[in-house]
Amino acid sequence: MASHLFCGRVNLNILREAARKDLREFLDKCSGSKAIVWDEYLTGPFGLIAQYSLLKEHEVEKMFTLKGGRIPSAAVKNIVFFVRPRLELMDIIAENVASEDKLHPRDFHILFVPRRSLLCEQRLKEKGVLNSFTNIDEYILDLIPYDGDLLSMESESSFRECYLESDQTSLYHAAKGLMTLQALYGTIPQIFGKGECARHVANMMLRMKREFAGSHTQILPVFDTLLLLDRNVDLLTPLATQLTYEGLIDEIFSITNGYVKLPPEKFAQKKQGEGGKDLPTEPKKLQLNSAEELYAEIRDKNFNAVGAALSKKAKVISAAFEERHNAKTVGEIKQFVSQLPHMQAARSSLANHTSIAELIKDITTSEDFFDSLTVEQEFMTGVDTDKVSTYIEDCVAQKDPLIKILRLVCMQSVCNNGLKQKVLDFYKREILQTYGYKHILTLKNLEKVGLLKPQSTMRNNYPTIRKTLKLWMEDTNEQNPNDISYVYSGYAPLSVRLTQVLARPGWRSIEEVLKMLPGPHFEERQQVPTGLHKKRNKPVILVKSA
Amino acid sequence: KESKRAVNSILVDDDDDEEEEDGVERVSWSGEPVGSISWSVKETASSIRSGSEQSFPKIDTTPSLSKQGSGYSLSSLFKGDLYDLSPEETVRRMQKGRAFSLEKFRSLQDKLLLLDEAVAVYDGNLITAVLIYLKKSLSKEILFRELMARDVALRHYVHYLKEMGEQKLLVELMKALGRTEDMALMQYKEHLNIKDEGQRRDFLKSCLGLPFSQDDATHVQDHYTLLERQIIIEADAEIFKKFPRKASILNMPIITTLYYSCFYHYGESEGTYSSPENIRKTFRISEKQYILTALGARAKLKSWFDVDSLFNTKNWLGYTKKRSPIGFHRVVDILQKNSAPVNVLQEYVNLIDSPELKLSVALKYKCHDIVINTYRDLKDRQELVVYREKLERDSPEYRKIQELLNNVQIRWKN
Repeated sequence: MASHLFCGRVNLNILREAARKDLREFLDKCSGSKAIVWDEYLTGPFGLIAQYSLLKEHEVEKMFTLKGGRIPSAAVKNIVFFVRPRLELMDIIAENVASEDKLHPRDFHILFVPRRSLLCEQRLKEKGVLNSFTNIDEYILDLIPYDGDLLSMESESSFRECYLESDQTSLYHAAKGLMTLQALYGTIPQIFGKGECARHVANMMLRMKREFAGSHTQILPVFDTLLLLDRNVDLLTPLATQLTYEGLIDEIFSITNGYVKLPPEKFAQKKQGEGGKDLPTEPKKLQLNSAEELYAEIRDKNFNAVGAALSKKAKVISAAFEERHNAKTVGEIKQFVSQLPHMQAARSSLANHTSIAELIKDITTSEDFFDSLTVEQEFMTGVDTDKVSTYIEDCVAQKDPLIKILRLVCMQSVCNNGLKQKVLDFYKREILQTYGYKHILTLKNLEKVGLLKPQSTMRNNYPTIRKTLKLWMEDTNEQNPNDISYVYSGYAPLSVRLTQVLARPGWRSIEEVLKMLPGPHFEERQQVPTGLHKKRNKPVILVKSA
Repeated sequence: KESKRAVNSILVDDDDDEEEEDGVERVSWSGEPVGSISWSVKETASSIRSGSEQSFPKIDTTPSLSKQGSGYSLSSLFKGDLYDLSPEETVRRMQKGRAFSLEKFRSLQDKLLLLDEAVAVYDGNLITAVLIYLKKSLSKEILFRELMARDVALRHYVHYLKEMGEQKLLVELMKALGRTEDMALMQYKEHLNIKDEGQRRDFLKSCLGLPFSQDDATHVQDHYTLLERQIIIEADAEIFKKFPRKASILNMPIITTLYYSCFYHYGESEGTYSSPENIRKTFRISEKQYILTALGARAKLKSWFDVDSLFNTKNWLGYTKKRSPIGFHRVVDILQKNSAPVNVLQEYVNLIDSPELKLSVALKYKCHDIVINTYRDLKDRQELVVYREKLERDSPEYRKIQELLNNVQIRWKN
C-alpha cells in the first residue's frame, strides 16, 4: 500500500486503488504476453499509480518509448500503446504500425490517457491504420494522489492552454476528475469559487450532476467544501522564490512526479580502500514524500529552521544507537536488533537530507541569492515598483538565465498592476537585445496572460489587497511559525489567505477585495441525501486551482 | 537517452525496492508483498462502497436502457436508426463513444444547432469533431462568419488549425477576424522551424510587410538585418580563416554579436558590417550596453590599453577625463574576473566615487596602495597597524606604512 497516502485527513489510497484496478482490467483485456510503448510524458504520472511489478503481473514483458520507425522486435503477442490523445503521436503510431513485420504480426491496442479523442481516431483512420487495433480504450487518469493531502492532474500545459490559447479542455478534465472524486468520496455540499475558469468548472460539474441524476451515492461526504480558484487570481505566488525545504529543492533541482535528481558527488559512498576514483556519474535519484519520516517533518519548514531540526534528529538517532550498550538481557538485545532496520533507515535518511541541505545552503548563502530575494521582497512590499530595477538590469547585463529575469519583471508588473510604459519598454529592449529578437513572441504571450503588461488607467489595487488580506507580515517567525507567511519569510500566499478567510469568517467579509481580483466569485450548493449531511468542527476543504 | 532513462526508471524502482541498497527504506508502493494477508485485508477494508466495486465511472460502451433519461427518445433506440437523432441526441451518443452520423445534418441551421449543442457540453473533442465536419461541408466564408459569433467554437477551431499545421487557413481566419497583429506574429513564429540560415533570412524578409505593431515591426526588421549581416560576417571569416570557426554568431542575439565583434573586429572602420561601431549605430545600442560589452571583450583579451580608451572623454576644457555609465566598481569586478594585474585594477579602484565603496573594493582585491592612502587620508593609525600585519615584511607596501607611522607630522586620530 502507498503508506504516504494514508497520512492526510482523507484516505486517498481509495482513489489510487481504483486507478490500479482499471489498469489491470485493461491489461487483461489484451490477453497474452505484451509490450507497452510509452508516451514518455505519461511515465511520470503513471509512476504515481503503479510500478513495474503490477505490470509484470499482467504479462507485460517489455517496455519501449514511443518514437518513429519500427518497434523493436520482441517475442510478445500484443503491442499496447499508452498515449495522450495528441495528433502528433498518432502519426508516430501509424508509422510504427505500418512498419510492422508482416510475417510475424502482433496485435495492436491503444490506451488513451486520460480520454479518447475522436480527432485522434480520425487521424489514424486517415493514415489507414485504425482497423489494425483490437482494443481502443481510455484510461481516465485525472486527479492523481501525490501525497496524503495532495492530488495533482500533472497537467503542465493547462495554464498555457486556458489563458493563452483559450482552450478549456483541461477544465473539462478537471470537472470530470472532480466528479470521479465525488463518486468515491461523496457529493461535496458546498462549492465556492473565484475566476472565469472556476465558474466554468462549477457549471460543468453541476451539469454533469444533472445528467447522471439517477445515481445517488450513499456515501457520507468526506469533503465539506470545494474551493475553485483561477490561477490568475494569484499570479504573484508562483513567481516568488520558495523558501521552504521542499520549495528550495524544487527551485534548485526541480522535483518531478515526486522525484528529484541530485548531483552524485555528495552522495557517493565512501567505501574503505577506494580513493574516490569510482565516483558515480549518474545523478542520484531520490523519491520525496511523507512516508519518509524525516522528510515529512522538515519538508514544510522554512529552510532557516531545517538545520536545527537535523541536529536534533542526529542526537535522537545517536542516542538510539547508544542503547546497544544498555541491552543486557537476551530479550533486550533481541528488541534492539529488531529496531535496527528502522534505525539504519533513519540514519540513512538523515545523511541524505543533511547532504541536500548543504547543497541548498551553498546557494542560499550566496550574495546573488540574497540580492535577488531582497528585490523580490521590495516588490512585494511595494517599494520602487514604478522604476527600472538596477538589479534586474545588472542581471541582464550578466546574461543570467532568462527565466530568472522574466520572473522578476513579471513580479514587478504584478505588484504594480502593470509597468509604466517607459519601464516596460526598457526591459523589453534589454531582453530582446540580450536574449534574441524571437522573444517578442515570449513577451507577447506574457502580456496576453497578464503577467507582464503596461499600466492601465485603473489604479493599482495591489496595496489595498495586501493590507486587507495581510499578505505581508513583518514579524514572521521562521522557527516556530504561527502564520503561513513563514513560507516566504514574510509573504503569505494570496490563495492561501483566500482559503483561510473562506473557512473563517467567510468571504462576505472581504467582498470589496474580491471584486478587485479578476473574474466572478460565486457559491453553489449541491444536494446531499438527507441524513448524510454532517457539520464538522474542522471542515475539510478541497482547493482546486487551474 | 532521456526517454530511455524515464522508461528504465520504472524498472529501476522495482530493483531498488528489493535491494534497499543504502539502507534507506525506500518508499515503495507495494510495501506489502502482493498477495500477502495484510495486503488483502487492507484491500477489503478500504472498500467503503457498500456492495459496489471500486472503479471509476466509465463511459458505458454497452447499450443500456436503464441509464440517462434526458434527451433520449426510446423510439429511435428501438429503431437503432442513426439518422433520426436530433442534435442533442447525436451529441449524447458522441459523448458515450457510440456510433454516430453527422452527415444527416444538411441544412445550415441544423449544422449550427449541432455546433451549439457540442459547445454546450464543453467537450473539446466533440466540438472539434463537429468543426471538422463543418469545415468540409461549409464554405470558408460562411464558416468564418458563423464562428465569429461563437467565441468558444472559434477558439477550438484556431487550436485545431494550429495542431493540424494549416498555416494558410489560419492566417486567412486571423485576417477575417481583424486579428492582424496575432496573424503577423503567428507567421513570424514559423521562422523557428527553418534551420538553414539563408532560408531563414529570406523568410524574415518576407515578414517585413506584415501588420505588426509598431514596436514589433522594428524588432522584426532588426532581426532580419542582424541575420543578414551575421551571414556575411561568417562568410568573410571563413574566407580569410582569420578566426576560429567555433565561435559561430549565426542566430545569436545582438549583444552576443557585438561581443564577438569587439573580440575579433575591434577598431575596424565603421564602413564594415563587422565593426563594433557599425553594429552599435545600426542596432541603436545604448552607451551602457556598448561599454559593458566592449569592456568584457577587451578585458578577456587583456587589452588594457583598449579598456582605458573606453572611458576617456574630453571635458569642455579639452582635458581627458575618465567617465563611465556603469559604476567603476563594476568595471573593477569585470577586470578582476579577467585577471587584470593589480596596477591596472588600482587605476580603476581609484576612480570609484564613494569612499566607503572604494575602500571595501580595495580591501577585497588587495590594492594595498589605495588602502594605505585611504587610511592615511582618514588619519586612522590603528587600521594601518592592523593592515600592516597582513603584508609581507620587506614589501614596499610594508615599508610605506612604516614610513607613515614614523612620520611625526601626521596628526593621527587614534
